Amino acid sequence: MSESKIAPSIEGWYTCGESPHLIGTRCKRCSSYFFPKQEVFCRNPGCRSTEFDEIELSRKGKIWSYTEHFYAPPEPYIFSEPFEPYIIAAVELEEEKMIILGQMAQGVLSQDLTTGLEVELVVEKLYEQDGTDYTVWKWKPAEN
Amino acid sequence: MAKEVAILGVGMHPWGKWGKNFVEYGLKACNDALDDAGLAWKDIEVVAGAETVRNGYAGYVAGATFAEALGWSGARVSTSYAACASGAQAINNARAMILADMADVILVVGADTTPKGFLAPNAGERWTDPDWLRFRLMGCTNPTYFALYARRRMDLYGATEADFAAVKVKNARHGMANPNARYHKEFTQEQVLNSPMVADPLRLLEICATSDGAAAVIVSSMEYARKMNVDPIKIRAVSTVTPVYPQSTIEMPYFSTDSAAVVPAPMMEFKESIAHAAYEEAGLGPEDMSLAEVYDLSSALELDWCENVGLCKKGDAEKLLRDGETTLGGRIPVNPSGGLACFGEAVPAQALAQVCELTWQLRGQAGGRQVEGAKAGITANLGLFGHGSSVICSI
Ligand SMILES: [Zn+2]
Repeated sequence: MSESKIAPSIEGWYTCGESPHLIGTRCKRCSSYFFPKQEVFCRNPGCRSTEFDEIELSRKGKIWSYTEHFYAPPEPYIFSEPFEPYIIAAVELEEEKMIILGQMAQGVLSQDLTTGLEVELVVEKLYEQDGTDYTVWKWKPAEN
Repeated sequence: MAKEVAILGVGMHPWGKWGKNFVEYGLKACNDALDDAGLAWKDIEVVAGAETVRNGYAGYVAGATFAEALGWSGARVSTSYAACASGAQAINNARAMILADMADVILVVGADTTPKGFLAPNAGERWTDPDWLRFRLMGCTNPTYFALYARRRMDLYGATEADFAAVKVKNARHGMANPNARYHKEFTQEQVLNSPMVADPLRLLEICATSDGAAAVIVSSMEYARKMNVDPIKIRAVSTVTPVYPQSTIEMPYFSTDSAAVVPAPMMEFKESIAHAAYEEAGLGPEDMSLAEVYDLSSALELDWCENVGLCKKGDAEKLLRDGETTLGGRIPVNPSGGLACFGEAVPAQALAQVCELTWQLRGQAGGRQVEGAKAGITANLGLFGHGSSVICSI
């Protein structure tokens, strides 16, 4: 088997390596967090800032809710046949006080999840295309 | 309180999969509404269209599309896009023109032909569009969101899969008596619970389909209605509010909420604020309502809406359902039309269909699904990208 290349499915949204983070921005004036990155104009209606710092968001959070999908979604989702069910979780970050969606890592079972469970961010293959593995951020029950 | 406008006529093309152009459906709804109002097309001063962005050129110019199809009469047009809330915005534009003395009688219309299966985003590579990215990056469909809310109800309030199925059973029964509904079939709780799981905990029979359909409403000034010698159903409020930052509930099509770390989350979440604004404008409260038509994109979502329009406290919607309060004959029937469960969604027509149902109910013309002695009702709906929609009508 030839070694496949690895590439992010979207550039600049998360770091890789052992402890990956989502990349967001923080308003230089009012300190509000944004993900995906807000770089043009602050969405806090009481702030008119146009300057932001790029920051790494907390890589741990708690499950707000979750759901397992048993049907293949339409394009532009890309998947290899046969279709495998996948779980999407909504995860609440304590520090940033925001909820971010993501698939659960492969191998995680729905029955092992519950609202409030602590999870951490991982980067994993989402799909393979033309010999390249495209990655995305996912959530995985946190190791204590 | 807002000044009232009159509903002179309503009309619908039955929901279904008819394989025709949406203009044809809209024409039937318009002509039925004109007949219902006892008006001729040439009496109409403005056509307010509720548009969708899915049907190519004609869909982009819905107001003019119907004015042309009915035969150019020189009427003015206005066109509104607010996704599922387009109909409410079109009504609101009509109301504003009437209250500004710019027109006396306006035809509001929405119609759609929808594709099969899951609603998918527009084609092409659109790396800055959250509606496209959510599919590409995680396979996040519309039922994903409905399922996240449903699971949360189970974990927070003790809702069960049987409760969600009971909503479907109720709405299916309501829809049996609605000739404009797409589905006329009763289900048992067992049948619902045996349908395939789509997005856990929601099953195929609990997620609304997409349909073809059209609805039209003719609104006028109260003075115009008096001249026509009718005692009309009145529009008391139209709420088209947007969220307040930080929007801290996860909503379609986004994959994150705003952060509440710096600015605290508002007292009311978005869905609550939609109905709240309508009640304020009408000078009425939930206790004054005889019925509610809410957006049951999933069976479980109806329970959220019951709370969001103030029919009960947060976490009490399951009790309201189990006690039979939201079924026909109960204290506050919810979706007596059969709701989206029996219609499926015809996006730009749906908010107008809700108003048609209120009108028939308040006139006492709802036949086998009549809410006895109905005096006032509320609709609630939420369109993609922050479009709130709630209309209150009364006798
Ligand atoms: Zn700011």
